[in-house]
Order: sequence, then structure tokens, then C-alpha cells
Amino acid sequence: MAERRDDAARLLVVDDNKVNRLLLSRSVEMLGHRAVLAENGRVALEMLRRETFDLLLLDIEMPEMDGFQVLEHMLADRQLRDLPVIVTSSLEGLENVVRCIELGAEDYLSKPINSVLLKARIGASLEKKRLRDQLRDMVRRFATSEVAQDMQQSGFALGGKCIHCTVMFADIRSFTTLVESQPPEETIELLNAYYALMFDAISGHGGVVNQMIGDGLMAIFGAPLPLDDCAGSAVAAAQEMIELIEQFNLERVAAGKAPIRIGIGIASGDVVAGYTGTQLRATYTCIGDTVNLAARLEAHTKVAGRGILIDAATRHGLGADVQLIALGDVQFKGKSAPEPVYAVGQDSA
Amino acid sequence: MAESSIDGATFKELQEIAGADFVIELVDTFLAEAPQMLNALHAALAAGDADKFRRAAHSLKSNSHTFGAMALGAMARELEHKGLEYARQSGAGVVDPLDALAQEYARVAAALAELRNG
Repeated sequence: MAERRDDAARLLVVDDNKVNRLLLSRSVEMLGHRAVLAENGRVALEMLRRETFDLLLLDIEMPEMDGFQVLEHMLADRQLRDLPVIVTSSLEGLENVVRCIELGAEDYLSKPINSVLLKARIGASLEKKRLRDQLRDMVRRFATSEVAQDMQQSGFALGGKCIHCTVMFADIRSFTTLVESQPPEETIELLNAYYALMFDAISGHGGVVNQMIGDGLMAIFGAPLPLDDCAGSAVAAAQEMIELIEQFNLERVAAGKAPIRIGIGIASGDVVAGYTGTQLRATYTCIGDTVNLAARLEAHTKVAGRGILIDAATRHGLGADVQLIALGDVQFKGKSAPEPVYAVGQDSA
Repeated sequence: MAESSIDGATFKELQEIAGADFVIELVDTFLAEAPQMLNALHAALAAGDADKFRRAAHSLKSNSHTFGAMALGAMARELEHKGLEYARQSGAGVVDPLDALAQEYARVAAALAELRNG
């Protein structure tokens, strides 16, 4: 009797009344979908947090936790707020309908439920969810998950805002020589392994890689999502990056390949961050003096013979446990005054 | 005729939508659940639990409408909206609302049992 479909969805039917529960699940199954049952809001919320559903059919008047409370909990939960909800209730009064819609319900159907209307509403809700999931997957593929999350929460708008954050630049030393000495396939393989390691270290400390150019990368700590300890996180990520490269080098040397070395520059301060580009194609980036200084510091690692160099503002944000060596003031190109520079760690690499 | 407690068109539509066999199962479920709702109304009234009273009346109303038990649905709706005070009224010439509800439920149960077997 029920049509079998490839696009069968999984619906959670929440109702404290057994007759309603049976009838709703029957209707859902006759539309070719699968129904899972819960007898009150509390049970439903537990199931929602444990399992994956495509749509929720929610009663309002229930013991223990009513439908309004379920909607409130879902709205406050980032994992659940996007799950479509159709309220199915015999509660009367326009104010109840309005309250459900304001709490994020997709639709409101009065009991006894008209089966034609139910079919249309379920179909429309599932289609909307499919499009939303598709869009989110696309955004995730081309943007970092932090940017995707930021866009999901605040939408997309070109233009920047002033944010305090820490900016990191990193690249591979003598990369050009390396490229010339090995076949292109090996270079791509090396870059992929290098990026995988760097991304791990950076995102593991709350940073976001927003640019990759050849062997160089730029990462931001504290934007687009705020971070408690930008400077400390960036320096911890840098130290982990150096460690990971050392381990990576053991493998390379064992395989008869030349070890690689990286240089990292870190600066903190206010930047203008936001989406730049056009309405059709844009990227999340930061601009400003802090960004320039981080790039200069990264370049200066070659001159200084150090792995990680930071500026005064980053040093200011660090705890006493990080070992630093003051390298004195350095006059950087494009800067009016000399900047104090510090090397992280005792290494003399 | 006992079936007058049930609106034939509503019941027939339910059978067409959900399937006659399934409706038998649904009727059996209702006949098993409804006495508990009536009990819950009495218990809530005795305990002065307005929320529980409203929920039980609401549930009974909802199910009555599903099967086309219009009179029962209307009585349950009145209890849902008017609450404990209304249910407590008594005295000469006044019919106890819960008694009236129980009598109508008995008619509905008989009609549904007949429809179920027919």
C-alpha cells in the first residue's frame, strides 16, 4: 500500500496521544516515509540529540515537556535549529499558531489533519530542507567551516568590520630550489602533506586558514568567529606546526628526501575583516597594518634564522610560560618606525 | 440507532485515507485509551490539577474529532476550555458534566464497536 521511494525521509512524530501517534505515523508511512515515535517533548528532544531526522511533526499539549518548550530548546541548539518542524495540534487560538511560527516552526496543521494538506506540507518542508542542506554543503566545500558558520548565522554581506585578532603567515623555506630539484608530482604530494599538517595545527587551536598561495598560507585567529586568546592560540599553533614539520622530516629523510623548513610570522592588532570581492564571488579576508606586519615578520625569519617571529602586541598577549628571545628593533619596509621583534623558543634554527 | 453518535461521513473518510483495516486497529486503541482519559479527568478533578484536567480533555476532544464523534468532541472541548470550576458544578437539576461525558462516551464506544465489526 505504501509507495516505496528512494528519497524516503525519516520523520519523528511527537504526540502524547496514542491514537494521534498511530494515525500520524500511518499517514507518514503511506507517503513513503519512515516514522519514529515519541510520546512527549522530553523523549523527543533526547532522540533528536541522539539520532538524525529530516522532519519533526510536533504536538503542543503534552505532559513533561510541551511542544513550545521543544521549539525553544531547538532554537537555542545550533545542531537542531535548522531541522524543519510542522506543528500538528488541536490547540485553538491564533496566538498559539503565531507563537509556534515565531519559535521557528515551519508550519501549523490543525487536528484532525487533512491528509492532502499533510502531504503537501511534508513535501514542501523536505524540499526546503534538501535545498538548504545542499547549499550548506556547497558553502562548506569552498569556505572554511568557521566562515560557513558565520555566514549561516549572520548571512552574507560584502564589507568589513574592525576586529582585534592575530594574523599568521607561514611558508616553506627555499621552496623554489626544492621545486626545481624534484618532479612536479612530488611537489604536489609534498604540498598536500604540508597543508594537511598545517591545517590540523591551525584549526586545532581555533585558527582559520583563509589564503593558500603556492607554499605560503595566511591564517587568522579571532575572526570570523571570536576567540578568547588569539595571541596564545596562534603561538601554540605555530609551535605545533614546527613540531609536525620535524616529524614529517624524519619520514622524508628516511625516504631519502631532503628535509623542509618553515618560517612563521605572527602579529596582533586591529584588522578590517569581511567579505571582499563581488556579490557573485567573494572571499573572507583581513586587511590592515597587522596583516602587513605578520607578512614582514614571516619574511624576516630567513634573515633572523628563527622559525617563529612575533610582534610586541602578540608578545603582550602571551603567558609567562612561552619562552621568548628579544631580537631588538627591526625596520620593516612600509613601516615608519622600527618594530621590536621576538623569536619564540630557544631554537636557533 | 447507535451510530448517530458518530458522523458517518467523517468515519468513512478516515477509512478511505488510512485504510479500513488500519481503522479497526485505531478504534481498538481508542477504546482502550479513552477510559483512561475519563479516569484521568476524575483524578485531576479530585486532585485539583488544572493542567492534567485540560490535557485529558484536550486529548479526548482531539480523538473524538478524528472518528467523527462530534457530540463527545464538543463536550470534551467545553471541559478543556472551562476547566475545573465548570466540571465541579452540581445541584438540583444540574447534570454533572463528567457524568454526561461518560454517558456520551458509552454511546460512542457502542457505535464504534458496531462500525468496527460492520
